[in-house]
Amino acid sequence: MTRIGLLMGATALVAAGAAYADGHSERGSDGQLNIIYWQAPSLLNPYLSGGTKELEAASLVLEPLARYDETGTMVPWLVDEIPTVANGGVSEDLTQITWTISEGIMWSDGTPLTAADAVFTWQYCTDPAGGCAQLSNYNGVSNVEAVDDSTIRITFDEPKPFPYGPFVGAQSPILQQAQFADCTGEAAPTCTEENFAPIGTGPFIVTDFKANDVATFEANENYRVASQPAFATVNFKGGGDAASAARSVLETGEFDYAWNLQVEPEILTQMEAAGQGEVVSAFGTSVERLMVNFTNPSADLGDERGTVAHPHPFLTDTAVTRALSLAIERNILVEAGYGAAGRPTCNVLPAPEVYASTNNDWCLEYNPDEANRLLDEAGWEMGDDGVRVKDGVRLSVLYQTSTNSVRQGTQALIKQMWEAIGVETELRNIDGSVFFGGDQSSPDTFQKFFADIEMYTNNFDGTDPEAYMGNWACSEIPSPDNLWLGNNMPRFCSEEYDAMVVEMSQTAALEDRAALAIAMNDMLMDAGAIIPLIHRGGVSARAASLEGVKMNEWDSELWNIAEWSRAE
Amino acid sequence: MSDQTRIVAEAVVEEDAPRSLGRDVWDQFTRHKGAMAGTAVFLFIVLAVIFGPLIHTIDPTYSDFRARNQGMSWAHPMGTDNLGKDMLAQVLQGGRTSLLVGVVAMAIAMFFGTLVGVLAGYFRRLDGPLMRLTDLFLALPILPLLLVIIMLFRDTLRSTFGPETGIFLLIVFIIGITSWMQTARIVRGDVLALKEREFVLAAKSIGTPAYRIILRHIMPNILSPIMVSATLGIATAIITESALSFLGLGFPSDFPTWGRLLYDGANFMTITPSRVFWPGLVLSLTVLSVNYIGDGLRDALDPHIRGR
Repeated sequence: MTRIGLLMGATALVAAGAAYADGHSERGSDGQLNIIYWQAPSLLNPYLSGGTKELEAASLVLEPLARYDETGTMVPWLVDEIPTVANGGVSEDLTQITWTISEGIMWSDGTPLTAADAVFTWQYCTDPAGGCAQLSNYNGVSNVEAVDDSTIRITFDEPKPFPYGPFVGAQSPILQQAQFADCTGEAAPTCTEENFAPIGTGPFIVTDFKANDVATFEANENYRVASQPAFATVNFKGGGDAASAARSVLETGEFDYAWNLQVEPEILTQMEAAGQGEVVSAFGTSVERLMVNFTNPSADLGDERGTVAHPHPFLTDTAVTRALSLAIERNILVEAGYGAAGRPTCNVLPAPEVYASTNNDWCLEYNPDEANRLLDEAGWEMGDDGVRVKDGVRLSVLYQTSTNSVRQGTQALIKQMWEAIGVETELRNIDGSVFFGGDQSSPDTFQKFFADIEMYTNNFDGTDPEAYMGNWACSEIPSPDNLWLGNNMPRFCSEEYDAMVVEMSQTAALEDRAALAIAMNDMLMDAGAIIPLIHRGGVSARAASLEGVKMNEWDSELWNIAEWSRAE
Repeated sequence: MSDQTRIVAEAVVEEDAPRSLGRDVWDQFTRHKGAMAGTAVFLFIVLAVIFGPLIHTIDPTYSDFRARNQGMSWAHPMGTDNLGKDMLAQVLQGGRTSLLVGVVAMAIAMFFGTLVGVLAGYFRRLDGPLMRLTDLFLALPILPLLLVIIMLFRDTLRSTFGPETGIFLLIVFIIGITSWMQTARIVRGDVLALKEREFVLAAKSIGTPAYRIILRHIMPNILSPIMVSATLGIATAIITESALSFLGLGFPSDFPTWGRLLYDGANFMTITPSRVFWPGLVLSLTVLSVNYIGDGLRDALDPHIRGR
């Protein structure tokens, strides 16, 4: 750099410092923000897509009444305070919640946000002809009414201990009635113009949207905070793969922010060394886990394979599943595939803190000797070929997951660890779009689970685990009768567990709910239905010059994009 | 043209002649420098993958986690991958699979291609149906076909032959069944021309049965295009298998093939370049050498070029 350059740089720094000190950052003063999501959004209406990519892209425009901050705490967004029983916002009998919209909130077209918009949003999503992707947020809602222009009252069918489903979090933002009035029911997916460019209250407005490619936004002139957003335009690009997205932020600096980087940690570290940006991560509730099949997936059973009529020949033996868990050195899996974005866990419900059990921590310690002892004791004798046998049944498992280099690495490591205790392991990987696709005609979906063990990640949105823990109720078991829909992949079924699921839906006090959640988690662990491996954090990358990023796993990652700015 | 007839006839009839066809072909072949180099390289690779694992005895699937992402060293001549698996052992093991897939798939393709080509060319009535069948196969897209076949037959084959042999059979069968068409067309063309020639007419006129004419008179003359497609077929099959592995189809992920090693290594190119360099090098060398061998064989088997 020449001396003049240096001087100019110094002057700029001083100027920037001064501006910062005065607090005079201006709307649109920081030029363009470039974001890359390697899975491109196909539309910008979160009610018509369950995908994270659409949800997050839409969160630049559409906003809920309250959302979760980076610590998982609920923060008021379009309201002044969160209604609770204490402040009278939630009725004593837990059947009503009343929200009051803050004063002066405008849609980007200059009209005021009213309670009628919220009522409309509820009607839009619950229209029986509509096929709303976020319907579960409105579970149990019997009525939403506008008491006056700024007061929304939501009534539930029965006492709702956690009434923060509707209009909270990126999954249930408020749509503008004026714009979507003609797009309800069957017309919803056909309103291309509206779905591609919804009018919102957020910091940006859509200027152009190309499905599965690129979206451009510009600052919303009617945004409630005069000095925000700092960026004048946003270029929201989709496509490519995780590694190239990471490279475009960390190495080449073409983009300012990249999302969901499931790439081997050493690759990220090396890219980060280029100095263009840094990797940010945050922990939510995602757990990479092994699901253990309690039913027999043998192809010989024809149509009855993988149904509860045929129990698994050996995986229902808790000595086996416990030994499988003990034989896994989770620290190595973390080091190989996740780095700082993962930590070993023994719970399928690892967070928030109050819900996390500490009763299963035995699994954190890698202990093949104990695993061997358990298997010996249970009568599994080591055969000549190094595979344990009992009553003619060989301890041989088929272990499937989706195609992803980190997952295949984990598979290879676990295979070696299991073979060391005499468990023969066959690996299979299936393309993610098939594995998670839910296609009825494919035998390779994670619901059908025609394997002994399968590995994937799941989590829940927000901070309340009630619906999530309900996944392992008997009624959730996928089978031909329910077209293989259901979330209980291990086919775990226990009356006691089902009773706790019901009890939780009727329990209001946080401590009691936490105790129930922990008991349910422990029950799943004791039965060996799930072998948790890694508590995974979300991983994204930001350019060094981008300020204000607060990585958030509880809501949209872009939840506070209005506060983002360019460092000088 | 009569040269060819004479030479073939010599080879077949005059068995005690001072120079055999094989000898002529070999002499011509050794004069092709590219072919000789190709043969040497190919033989070296084949011997290495067969006997290499006996010398370099590290288990290709064993991951020594402390020794991951290592560069080249005496313990790991080609370095290690991100799970600490030895690359040389994987390249050798992968070569066994890749080469076997190449050779077996090629054999299947050649068998079908020659059969269909000869039948279509020799028997006028079969020509139409068989050539339409060839067109049909040419129009089949290999990837969707593969997905369907894998979905339909994987579990059956797996329970009958075990996971690795089952998938192996599936893959060579699919590659074989989707790559015989070019051979069939070339062979048919040659047979059509040959069967009108004097020596075939002569054989016919003395009442030689069709199968004998095909085996004694036509086959030796179409050997040259078959041999050339065979060598090219090996290369194509190896490349196809690599493409399949690259897409995550085919063999289980812990079962190394050259294509899979390349695929897995691509992201690590900047950290451990040896992960893509070595599998890429052997893959390219194999395909290149096989192509040169094919080139040399074509020259050697073609009577117009031979002896010039």
